[in-house]
Amino acid sequence: MATDKTNLQLVVNGILNENPIFRLVLSMCPAVGISTTVMNGFMLGIAVLFVQVCSSCTIALFKNVIHPRIRIPTYTLTIATWVTVIDMVLAAYLPEAYAKMGIFIKLIVAFAIITMRLEMFASKENINASFWDGIGMGLGFMLGMMALGFVRELLGMGTLLGYDVLGFKPMLFFVLPLAGFFCVGLMMAFFNYIEIVYKRAKRA
Amino acid sequence: MTTHTIRRILLSLALVLALPVLAQAQDLIAGKSFGKAPNEILVTFASAVDRAAVENPANYRVYEEQDPDIKLNLESVVLAEDGKTATLTFREPLNARLPHVVAVSGLAESGAAASFKVMKPYLGYLLSILVGSLLINNFVFTKYLGLCVFFGTSKRKDTAKGMGLTFTMVMVVSAIMSWFFYQFILKPYGLNFLQIVVFIGLVSLTVQAVDTVLRKVNPALFNAFGVYLVLVIANCVIIAVPLILADNEYNFLESFMLALGAGGGFLLALYLMSSVRERMELANIPTTFKGVPIAFIVAGQFALAFLGFSGLTLF
Repeated sequence: MATDKTNLQLVVNGILNENPIFRLVLSMCPAVGISTTVMNGFMLGIAVLFVQVCSSCTIALFKNVIHPRIRIPTYTLTIATWVTVIDMVLAAYLPEAYAKMGIFIKLIVAFAIITMRLEMFASKENINASFWDGIGMGLGFMLGMMALGFVRELLGMGTLLGYDVLGFKPMLFFVLPLAGFFCVGLMMAFFNYIEIVYKRAKRA
Repeated sequence: MTTHTIRRILLSLALVLALPVLAQAQDLIAGKSFGKAPNEILVTFASAVDRAAVENPANYRVYEEQDPDIKLNLESVVLAEDGKTATLTFREPLNARLPHVVAVSGLAESGAAASFKVMKPYLGYLLSILVGSLLINNFVFTKYLGLCVFFGTSKRKDTAKGMGLTFTMVMVVSAIMSWFFYQFILKPYGLNFLQIVVFIGLVSLTVQAVDTVLRKVNPALFNAFGVYLVLVIANCVIIAVPLILADNEYNFLESFMLALGAGGGFLLALYLMSSVRERMELANIPTTFKGVPIAFIVAGQFALAFLGFSGLTLF
């Protein structure tokens, strides 16, 4: 069985229609915990993208030899292996960024989004489609994290990627770790609002 | 008088003679504790001591019990007016969670060093780990872990209770197993890099085992809690706890307390959240905020409230 979507559609689907953070409401822990700056979001996004693509491809390759009854443990161990790889690579080459992420890199292993994509997509499709689906989901997560980081960094510290943009700090509150809850909630409400306005305009 | 009795008398005589030597360190020091400031240790001597010897920092050797090679920087020693209580001030704050060893020389006439251990009461320390992971470092509200399941299962109080209890149970069992694996297999054989793979495998195994055992032993309980078991695997707290206890080198009891606190904290968070969400169904909420967005705002307010626990120190 192969999907009838083109590669581009698969990528766009991951970024917009099924955005992991704002649409599927999965993998919320890092979205709240470490989305304080654009850079943090980008780094974790890269790690998730890597794990998602690699695990999707691995499962798509081996789907015919995995017994259905033990598929979930197999997915978990596959993800754990790739997380170990990215964990050790980051610790070796980017120790500073790694220290900022803390435990969250290791926790990628428990991200519901990755397991879900393996179960729903990679275990049924061929390796090419799985690759592009993985890219789409990874990018969707990365862009979601960066959008959160953008809002929080701009409002909290008046900077973007470390450069001073505003010259003052509008709402220091947004830098606090717990402001992640408010930020995610407000942004979701904002996207809901856009959708409502869009539908109303379409109907009129 | 038989030789037997003579031998016994001689033995007890020898013991009486030897006792002061054995008890010397204990006799000299009446009390010791960590001081009010984070960089102080208080020592109370049993009788008045030589002021010059006590107040000379060179006579002391202080180190954390696990690192005997790293000598801590002692800045000054001040003996109080009564000549009994000495305050040891260090250049840097001490980690009061660890037992410290203090060796003092030049006090006794023989010149032998008296050494003693300074540590917090162990039970209090265990309780502080429990309360710490329950309230101060609540995994949901201050560490932002386990949010997917937290938002997914906090709509009804019954669900919240079931999920919380199942979770605590699995948490404790898997943390104990992870501790054994870490201490006796991963560490001795230098396999630390396999932490993630091994811990997640253990967690899946535990969930599967609890599932099977519960199904056979208590079908009623299984019917009530079975559905939550699958969700437990997708929760990051369950993998975070083994990683944390491996990082901090906790011992068995400490690991148990951490797991219990993490599970209890999750139960507490779920219950609080579900109470609010049941009420919110009756409230008039703007359409754009309905469902998940308002839940996030409420969670944020809980997180603000839990921030108030951060100054809490017990024991």
